[in-house]
Amino acid sequence: MRVLVCLKQILDPDVPARDFEIDPAAKAAKRGGANLVTNIFCENAVETALQFREAAGDVKVTALCYGESSAEDCLRKAMAMTVDEACLVEREGNTNPDAAAVGQVLAAAISRLEQDGGPFDAVLVGRESGDWGTGQTGGVLAEELGRPALGFVESLRPGNGGITLRRQTDDGIEVAEAEPPFVVTITNNEDNVPRIPKTRDVMMSYRKPLRKMSPAELGLDGDEIRNGFSSFEVEEIFVPTDEVDCELAEGDTLDERVDQLAHKIHEVVASIG
Amino acid sequence: MANVAVCVLGSFGYDRAAQGAVGAGRALAGSVGGEVHVLVIGPADEEAVAAMAAVADRVVLGANEELRDVQPEQALQAAEQLHAAGGGDYVAVLLSNDTYSQEIAPRLAHRLGGSSMADAAAIRMDGDHLLAQRTAYGGKAISIYRLKKSPAVVWLRARGFEPAPEQPSSGDVTSVDLNLDPPRIRIVGREVAAQEGVRLEDAPVIVSGGRGLGGPEPFHELGKLADTIGAEQGASRAACDAGWVPPNWQVGQTGKKVAPELYIAIAISGASQHLLGMGDSKVVAAINTDADAPIFKHCSFGIVEDYKAVVPLLTEKLAALSG
Ligand SMILES: Cc1cc2nc3c(=O)[nH]c(=O)nc-3n(C[C@H](O)[C@H](O)[C@H](O)COP(=O)(O)OP(=O)(O)OC[C@H]3O[C@@H](n4cnc5c(N)ncnc54)[C@H](O)[C@@H]3O)c2cc1C
Ligand SMILES: Nc1ncnc2c1ncn2[C@@H]1O[C@H](COP(=O)(O)O)[C@@H](O)[C@H]1O
Repeated sequence: MRVLVCLKQILDPDVPARDFEIDPAAKAAKRGGANLVTNIFCENAVETALQFREAAGDVKVTALCYGESSAEDCLRKAMAMTVDEACLVEREGNTNPDAAAVGQVLAAAISRLEQDGGPFDAVLVGRESGDWGTGQTGGVLAEELGRPALGFVESLRPGNGGITLRRQTDDGIEVAEAEPPFVVTITNNEDNVPRIPKTRDVMMSYRKPLRKMSPAELGLDGDEIRNGFSSFEVEEIFVPTDEVDCELAEGDTLDERVDQLAHKIHEVVASIG
Repeated sequence: MANVAVCVLGSFGYDRAAQGAVGAGRALAGSVGGEVHVLVIGPADEEAVAAMAAVADRVVLGANEELRDVQPEQALQAAEQLHAAGGGDYVAVLLSNDTYSQEIAPRLAHRLGGSSMADAAAIRMDGDHLLAQRTAYGGKAISIYRLKKSPAVVWLRARGFEPAPEQPSSGDVTSVDLNLDPPRIRIVGREVAAQEGVRLEDAPVIVSGGRGLGGPEPFHELGKLADTIGAEQGASRAACDAGWVPPNWQVGQTGKKVAPELYIAIAISGASQHLLGMGDSKVVAAINTDADAPIFKHCSFGIVEDYKAVVPLLTEKLAALSG
């Protein structure tokens, strides 16, 4: 079986709010001193795919990214986590294409990889990205590929002639039987926290195959894809100023301070009735 | 014509989220002089249908029995067919923020040749385009998107919108027999997490715990505090990822979006992604050992102290105050 994981490189979402700035001309975050990292849900997806491989045996896991050349780091890291092979579709410029454009590129790349290496039983994407986080790519990709999809999946296991999926809903867990090929979006749980690569695997990752292609090679309209915003664009972006003054409990003893806190909490709770 | 469609899941009934979604639809339709059509995916009880008819110009029911327990693939097909049955000339198709609505929105947009957007906190028309406001960069920024293709298919932070007002006369109710393919991904089992009390989204008071608690046991201590003041319990992603509490306790960007009267954050640093889920709380209180933790910039009152020293004493004092 073959499983594909889509990875996106993003500006580190752990940048503290005080260091975060918007570039008004680009209508996007300033890079500043921030690192570029793999979106966390994509790493959860890699981990989920690797665990599926461990449970099912004979599974090849491929990582795919549409990004700038720096995104090669994300793919190398995935291979260090022991993903078998990787592919980078090189993005020109640093525009921020919308999900409609990204979905087209990823679908075209997937078709090309399938022509060459056979079909992917499962395509995994993150539930949303830590930068723009619109969480639309998985759905768009499913439609571009004409495959069924399920969101918020936390694990894949070999099942009754197909693949068994567990996914999170608002009030619990749903178990689904899926007939490949399909697309899922991956969410986090305690079991798919991404593994830390072993030193040896980090070294091995540089020997694994990393294929590169361009949107033009995939027969895509360069301009539309480059400029991205075919479906939506950012009209405006700003940093909200919503900091408030916090009244800290004061007093000489812990008892006094906790007493103040208790009275404040009680006041609010009592007002609800 | 510039009508607005609102997709509602029949099995959810006309709940607070559906009320907010239809309310958003009414405001949008009002701004362009159009009608509001509610498209009901799956069987709904009579009372809910009547309540929807009272606020809509038209209700289109797709009450196929196989949709009683939602199958996502079929819900998507249903939404597409109901869209056509309702007339199809919609400038916007609005959905709520439950799991099923979230996952079908981008796919429905693709099928209808429209644009999709997620988690909108505000929407308005600007000429032919819909503008949707939402957060970006994990809550550090607010962005307004222009959706360039029609219809704009948007799932909303539905509880944040005012419910729709009743109309002078009830809208027409029509039923459509949907033609649904068997799903290639089929939900075969549901494990509803034991949940006492109300849903986190509707809870008036929430006591939330984070990584600083250091393990699962302290959540029992927080549970006693919660019981004393009639609160529900939540958590940060760090606590959920550690397996200390179930995933559906998670509050934040990718967890529950809550809006209680009081939110008590205990040993939670206040990362922007967490604030995004609790930002609509009326009053926030924090207990944290670190006076520089970002949470203290987003709360009305708090205490810089070890939770271990504070929580049992606080519970005792609150029990006395309310007793
Ligand atoms: C795309 C994306 C989505 C995300 N979605 C979410 C989400 O939905 N929800 C969410 O919560 N996070 C989310 N996160 C993660 C988020 O960035 C933070 O990592 C997370 O919220 C941190 O959790 P925490 O505050 O419990 O832990 P920490 O940041 O580690 O904070 C622990 C706090 O406990 C305090 N503390 C330690 N010991 C004690 C003590 N004895 N008494 C009192 N205080 C103590 C410390 O001072 C510290 O402030 C997301 C991240 C990304 C990238
Ligand atoms: N440029 C990209 N390359 C590869 N995968 C992507 C890209 N953009 C988005 N994705 C996938 O789609 C998921 C959701 O992203 P988004 O729709 O941008 O919130 C990510 O976690 C990735 O798995």
